[in-house]
Amino acid sequence: MKVFTVLTPGGYTTIQDEGRYGYQQMGIPASGVLDAFAFHCANLLAANPENSAVMEITVMGPRLDILAPVDLAVTGADIKMTLNDQPVPTWTSFSVKPGDVLDIQQVKSGCRAYLAVSGGIDVPAVMGSRSTYVGANIGGYEGRALKAGDVIKCGQGKRQDRPRQMPVDLIPAYPPELTIRAIPGPQDDFFTEGLEVLFQSDFMVSTKADRMGYRLQGPKIKIREGMPKSIISEPTMPGGVQIPADEQPIILMVEQTVGGYAKIVTVISVDLPRVAQATPGDTIHFERVSLETAHALYQDQQKKMEELKNVLASR
Amino acid sequence: MQNGLFEKACFRTAGDRGLLVEYGDVIDPAVNSKVRSMAIAIEDNPLKGVIEVIPTYRSLLMIYDPVLTVPAELQNLLETLEARLGDIKIPPPRTVEIPVCYGGEFGPDIDTVADANQLTVSEVIEMHCEPQYLIYMVGFTPGFPFLGGLSEKLHTPRLETPRTLVPEGSVGIANNQTGIYPIASPGGWQLIGRTPIKLFAPGRKNPFLYQAGDRIKFKPIDAEEYTRLFEKEAE
Repeated sequence: MKVFTVLTPGGYTTIQDEGRYGYQQMGIPASGVLDAFAFHCANLLAANPENSAVMEITVMGPRLDILAPVDLAVTGADIKMTLNDQPVPTWTSFSVKPGDVLDIQQVKSGCRAYLAVSGGIDVPAVMGSRSTYVGANIGGYEGRALKAGDVIKCGQGKRQDRPRQMPVDLIPAYPPELTIRAIPGPQDDFFTEGLEVLFQSDFMVSTKADRMGYRLQGPKIKIREGMPKSIISEPTMPGGVQIPADEQPIILMVEQTVGGYAKIVTVISVDLPRVAQATPGDTIHFERVSLETAHALYQDQQKKMEELKNVLASR
Repeated sequence: MQNGLFEKACFRTAGDRGLLVEYGDVIDPAVNSKVRSMAIAIEDNPLKGVIEVIPTYRSLLMIYDPVLTVPAELQNLLETLEARLGDIKIPPPRTVEIPVCYGGEFGPDIDTVADANQLTVSEVIEMHCEPQYLIYMVGFTPGFPFLGGLSEKLHTPRLETPRTLVPEGSVGIANNQTGIYPIASPGGWQLIGRTPIKLFAPGRKNPFLYQAGDRIKFKPIDAEEYTRLFEKEAE
């Protein structure tokens, strides 16, 4: 069923789900949402199955003409939005009807917001996923970012009798100074002082920060004497912190499959959503954690998501 | 150590969901063959908690679910599998023939490659079609094969200024490498020809024609044959 006409597309709005897995060995990156936490919450608030496709909004949101009676929820970045010129809150579901106009404006803090629709956004799955990968023009809406005039469809969803609301204490804050936890490796042996510099310095998010990677600016991270400046190309993981020739770190994100530079540390999974919400000019400080700690934090978060599911369903 | 193969695999931590396994430290067919065998063995004997296995030049990346497994467990399973490798049937690599129309508008840099190596254009074509190139790795763009085995007589530096758009199917040379662009993308390789075959077709039952560890053999075709195959692919 048709649910939106895009009046204005916003900064960079794409359709995403959890991502396209199993094809990285063929050069297809996972893609998918950058902030998996906000994504899952948006679908929970809209009473959707877990992996329903959503809109990922970057810095500036779209203006949408509503074509069907559905429930919506916006999570992630703190973003100003109005429904027929009346303010509506994020992290809470709300009902809309044909003829309404939803205007999602500029972020106040954070970088990316997620719009979920009851029933999920309906675009054809390509190789098992609805995620847009603009680099190969596949998935999402015609393999590209949304444009004015696009008509978006959704599936058949359950409407709620009353809004679902995220418990306030669970809504993340997106401060301009972040501590991001990371595990040394896979090529930590390429560095000696480099590791100390990385963990003891502040790095600024540059303007080159997108779905491929976040380039940071700060003190130079030197490869240790006698080690090669590049490695034999190998697969990359989201969160890998690569040190290229200019010795400035890049946090790799979801649209990268292989790379030929040493990766000094890897950001832990639960902190990747916080990297995704950083904007140019923000400050990142890396904190060293062990693999065991990272796994404990991961499992803890899985548990919390299960609890949240029950809390929201009972509201 | 033989042919750059490690006696014992080297395990590296790639974050809290990735385990990188290295089988050697050089670009070498023997190392790559080991990587391929292990990737196939894992595919046939799925390891609990492993979501995705990505083979490249000399290593495998295993992406795992930390709720279901931990690297120490995976390392054990992998070493056991490696010890049994002799008993696991590994199918021989396939050789995929790729028809290429060389020169002309499809290969605008073929004269550059010929001049740089003091060859005639037909010698370039002949030498480029001779080897069965090993696909060491696929990546960079969907289906882009990193090939080994280009004749030293064809090595040519990259373009000084990369093209903003290299057409889909272009076959190129950059230094000691040769490859094919499966989708249109920017690129700095010297273009010597083009294939009418779709190397990446997301809607096809099998979107790709080859994988890492397979081999590619180029076959020269004329413009007429190119058009015929191109139209057939479009159907």
